[in-house]
Amino acid sequence: MLWNTILLAMREMRRNAMRSVLTILGIVIGVAAVITMVTIGGGATVQVRQQISSMGSNLLMVSPGKRLGPGLSSGNIPFKQSDAEAIAKNISSVGAVAPVSSQSIKAIFGNQNWSTQVTGSDNKYFRVTNRSVRSGRQFSDSELRSGAAVCILGETVRKKLFGRQEVLGERIRLQKLSCEVIGLLEEKGQSTMGMDQDDIVVIPLSAYQRRISGNQDVGLIQVSVKEGASTEKVQLEIERLMRERRHLSPSDDDNFHVMDMKEIVKMLTGTTRLLTALLSAVAAVSLLVGGIGIMNIMLVSVTERTREIGIRLAIGALEREVLMQFLVEAVVLSSFGGLIGVVLALTASIWLSGILRVPFVFNAGIVVIAFLFSAAVGVIFGYFPALKAARLDPIEALRHE
Amino acid sequence: MKTESLKNTKYQFEKPLIEFRKVTKVYGEGQAAMEALRGIDLSIYGGEFVAVMGPSGSGKSTCLNIIGCMDTPNSGSYIFKGIDVGKLSRKQRALLRRHYLGFVFQGYNLLNRHSALENVEMPLIYRKIPAKERHKRAIDALTTVGLKGWETHTPGELSGGQQQRVAIARAIITEPAVLLADEPTGNLDTARSREIMDLVSALNRDRGITIIMVTHEPDMASYAKRIIRFLDGLVELDEENGRET
Repeated sequence: MLWNTILLAMREMRRNAMRSVLTILGIVIGVAAVITMVTIGGGATVQVRQQISSMGSNLLMVSPGKRLGPGLSSGNIPFKQSDAEAIAKNISSVGAVAPVSSQSIKAIFGNQNWSTQVTGSDNKYFRVTNRSVRSGRQFSDSELRSGAAVCILGETVRKKLFGRQEVLGERIRLQKLSCEVIGLLEEKGQSTMGMDQDDIVVIPLSAYQRRISGNQDVGLIQVSVKEGASTEKVQLEIERLMRERRHLSPSDDDNFHVMDMKEIVKMLTGTTRLLTALLSAVAAVSLLVGGIGIMNIMLVSVTERTREIGIRLAIGALEREVLMQFLVEAVVLSSFGGLIGVVLALTASIWLSGILRVPFVFNAGIVVIAFLFSAAVGVIFGYFPALKAARLDPIEALRHE
Repeated sequence: MKTESLKNTKYQFEKPLIEFRKVTKVYGEGQAAMEALRGIDLSIYGGEFVAVMGPSGSGKSTCLNIIGCMDTPNSGSYIFKGIDVGKLSRKQRALLRRHYLGFVFQGYNLLNRHSALENVEMPLIYRKIPAKERHKRAIDALTTVGLKGWETHTPGELSGGQQQRVAIARAIITEPAVLLADEPTGNLDTARSREIMDLVSALNRDRGITIIMVTHEPDMASYAKRIIRFLDGLVELDEENGRET
């Protein structure tokens, strides 16, 4: 009986093909939007994780001030280079420690200029951040000690300032400092926060302090933990050491923050999830609107088919059977919309993930949920028209033109 | 001039299949109230062929609707097969229709987008008869009404007479006790009308189906064995039809 009713409903849909398509459009768009949002959001989350693990999950960032976020700090007592040296010397499981200071400065070569992130550090910086010098060389010890005017360029800066010209040996100007290009960094692409990691100029920390910032401060200490060692343990040890060096009494709060990559991952994936949820909620509204569309068309259909309903009631159809017929029709209609939505969503997700360079992660859960939801929309919004049909007076219905 | 309710000698020792006891039906309320039936007493026995006549608004259609269990009396009682229909629920009345009644309408009332076969099959779907048997019985019914070979045609592709035959096939496929026909020849020309009436008469004669037919045309009424004439909500005349068909 149910199967018959479903077949009947499908035939009814085919008869009004154009109208059926327009009716289910709302459901199609709703389902497609929800699934696409969640799939792309899921892909973005996975991408964030991948990028961070490419940076090295064993990375710790020590920044002055209370926790604000990676690289950000409030104006608390800054670190000195000696703090970095102390970490390297006193804590056994650390791999490399790089003191880092940076600010945005306009780099000039010839008649080209480009505003970039000028970072003062030493060779450990390359180890900690998992980068390497692709051509030229790293800083020499004497250059680091004396604060020589030499620099290593990221790919973006090279492109902007030099184009196709030879780079090594040329001099670029950073504020008053004219420095010689001695190396080029390997390309790294966008960071998790959408920052171009190749938009960078690295110079010796001592040069940065003397010629650019004019003080001995270090903005940030990046620490890589040795393979196999516990990040948590190193984090605690750094905290203890820094409290001691900054003369904090046990009752004082930390005026620095050691951030683990896991924390950053959590923070970023949290943001991605929130955005995904918000966008999906907006998309879900379209499902609701689609449901109202179905109700509207079912009401029209009941009016149009009043005579048919009268005939069916006259030959002995029960109220329940007429109700089922129209309900099944609404559900078949909306589920069909759901099905098209699923197909559309998967196509769109694959296409979009290509464009946005986000991995495509198939999420079976949301596909099933969105599909079931579309069917449920049919039940909910089809019920009222179906009830209206079932309650018709057969005599009146037969008289209906 | 109201005559005594006729008791056909052939059936008088049996219980009537259909019995009206002081049935009234009022439409509307207060000032606008319209008395369609004003206390009808009527007995119809199994196997009868009754023509119901009367001018528009005389109550004959209301009477047919009540017999067809689509409507219920305001007062009095309608007894069908010993059951007081007025006391039944909507669902129980639907089941009575499903199992004992067949309908033929003036406007055919076929589903226009379904084939003749599908139209005829429909009552069996509600009886939960399996598709194969449904199919076979529908073809039989179409053969009975002389439409073998027209199974796949939709009503739009059939003439009026053919459509009415499909409607009759649909009505008899359930082997009903009573066939109710509301002006079945109202839309047909004389020749077509005669064919339909011959078919209906044959069903009454060969299968013993009780036939109650509302009609305007004395010509068509003459096929019946009994004629009941309505006037202003009352039975004006109830007589045996002398003419042999």
